[in-house]
Amino acid sequence: MKELSLNILDIVQNSIRAKAGEISVTIIESAIDDLYQILIKDNGTGIPGEVLGNVTDPFVTTRTKRRMGLGLPLLKYHAELTGGGLEINSLERKGTEVKATFSYKHIDRQPLGDIVGVLVLLMAANQELDLIYQHKTDKGEYRFSSKQTKEYLEVESLGDRKLLGEIGCMIATNLKEIEVSGFDLKESYKVIL
Amino acid sequence: MSKITSLADLKKRREELKSGLDIRVKAIDPEKVVQVKVAMATCGIASGAKTIMEFFLEQLDRRNVAAVVTQTGCMGYCYAEPTIEVKLPGQDPVVFGFVDLKRADQIIEKYIKTGELVDGIIPVNYQTIDLKE
Repeated sequence: MKELSLNILDIVQNSIRAKAGEISVTIIESAIDDLYQILIKDNGTGIPGEVLGNVTDPFVTTRTKRRMGLGLPLLKYHAELTGGGLEINSLERKGTEVKATFSYKHIDRQPLGDIVGVLVLLMAANQELDLIYQHKTDKGEYRFSSKQTKEYLEVESLGDRKLLGEIGCMIATNLKEIEVSGFDLKESYKVIL
Repeated sequence: MSKITSLADLKKRREELKSGLDIRVKAIDPEKVVQVKVAMATCGIASGAKTIMEFFLEQLDRRNVAAVVTQTGCMGYCYAEPTIEVKLPGQDPVVFGFVDLKRADQIIEKYIKTGELVDGIIPVNYQTIDLKE
């Protein structure tokens, strides 16, 4: 996978399968501190203690249709390539937190990619999900909450394509303002910005 | 189009465009519309399932097909990713493999709109799987 946003999409699938009602994705990047950190937190069913120890083993999975689970191992691999690592904390029935830490300056740190596309897709496909996205750079911070957006706009769902497109634009504009690195926008959004 | 930076901007644009767009989103009965599920596990994502899902979300809407597009986990056909499952109302679901943008377009125009089968179907025996579980 060539973009970190795709790794994020992958890990969020785990949270969705764990029946999480709220998932938060936080990215903290700092050229000054040479830090790039991705935090994915959910309030799903959690990972049982006996599995937690080897959940980054590619041959450990809860899936029944195949015997490999690559989401976490791949993220761990990408983090370790830059001299960073992966930390997973989980409590059954409470939730799970996956923290991937990378070196900001390392040449092998993959670009973030189309994170706006990933967020919009997640909202389109999981309309009951409370999705929180936070991004902090040396220039500022931005926070997006699908729940807050729904409440503010007084709509029951964010399923409408045009609305999601506009939300995508809003997120993209804000990420551009805080100078998010490795950020890639689909052509349709570029026209608007 | 003016810049949308804050929730307030978003709300303003919504009000400008108020034309009952919400009507379509309310209470869609999944049984009565086309259901498209895109496999979105690591194998799928790495093979481009995101692009395919975006295509379906956009195009079904644009071509006025009443449909619900969701993501699902790995269906087990990792060798054939991206895979999607299409369920037309009242029919058994059909799984398509090796779905690229061209095939996705064909699936919409032929299978979804007219029921005509398209290349790349992965034969699945649903009854066997149910019995096993």
